[in-house]
Amino acid sequence: MHEWALAEAILASAKQVAEQENLKTVTEITIKVGELQQAEPPILRFALSQMKAEIDIFKTAKIHILKAKSTLKCRVCATTWQFNLKKLDKTTAEAIHFVPEAAHTFVKCPKCGSPDFEIVSGRGVWIQDIKGAK
Amino acid sequence: MVDPRTSVINQRLAKIGTIIAVSSGKGGVGKSMVATALALSLAKEGCRVGLFDLDFTGPSTHIILGVPSNVQPKEDKGIVPPTFKGLEYMSLVYFVGDNPAPLRGVDVSNALIELLSITQWGTLDFLVIDMPPGIGDAVLDLVRLVERIEFLIITTPSLLAFEVVKKQVALLCELKMPIVGVVENMKMDRANAVELATEKLGLKYLGAIPFDPKVEEAIASPEKLLETAIGKSMTQIKKAAKPQKVNPHVP
Repeated sequence: MHEWALAEAILASAKQVAEQENLKTVTEITIKVGELQQAEPPILRFALSQMKAEIDIFKTAKIHILKAKSTLKCRVCATTWQFNLKKLDKTTAEAIHFVPEAAHTFVKCPKCGSPDFEIVSGRGVWIQDIKGAK
Repeated sequence: MVDPRTSVINQRLAKIGTIIAVSSGKGGVGKSMVATALALSLAKEGCRVGLFDLDFTGPSTHIILGVPSNVQPKEDKGIVPPTFKGLEYMSLVYFVGDNPAPLRGVDVSNALIELLSITQWGTLDFLVIDMPPGIGDAVLDLVRLVERIEFLIITTPSLLAFEVVKKQVALLCELKMPIVGVVENMKMDRANAVELATEKLGLKYLGAIPFDPKVEEAIASPEKLLETAIGKSMTQIKKAAKPQKVNPHVP
């Protein structure tokens, strides 16, 4: 149900962008979901469809949800690797789902073991694109 | 690309009367103890109070309160903080346990934004925030993202602490942030140097908390904490803070 909070944030943010761009209606919203946060696209889509139905500007908007791989890069030895959810137990995966930065507690560089890594891409949820009519 | 999270932060905080960041430029001055005692004291008065530990790399309010590991937030269109000892309590420790959370600045910002955007506080009279020491990411992010926030500054009688606090005050004044006042913690004599220096800055001196060795014994026992010098000083500090906020002069 955490996805509902994210959906609410997406629509609030999309509304701000639409206002800035003087859009009268929004026709498409493209969202990227980073693998690290593991937001569930079906739940996110359902939450967005329920919420957007109550906001005039979004009523006819199509929602596109794209998944993004999560790339991590060690700040100590410069190793780059892909986040692998399957290697984590359920409790750890859930902690990272709520706060992706919890990864620094549970994930280590596969080469040198350091927790000091950069989340290069695929952290959370973000709006990739908004299309609409003026 | 747009990060959607920041757009709901003030909506999440909309039903909170007063948001107080208990802060200090210097570490080890007793911010967490004061923040916890303040929250408990307000709750004892009958106020609805939240306590939010933003010291991600060195959280301690869960230890002060004695929060057991089975106390966890609930998921309901975000995360709902559990009520513990009369406080709605939120901390990163729910997610990382007692393990270290080695976070750099950008990670501190991201974790802070995440928690602010997904935590459903509901209706509160006060949200007390236990800040990390310094004037880094957490302070700058709260200033940037939270529309209504007030800073309660903690110092000790030490010149070392107060000199660092002065830098924090200068920054907050420059950013036009409201400062509730200054509390002098762990006072061991009658010297009034901090009081005079606080007044010279144009800030309100809210009072002194005497050093009390019993505070250590009160860890994990909120009831005992309210019986220590810190707990007992809260009445005076709340009273001194109430009449009006001070608009300080830039030092």
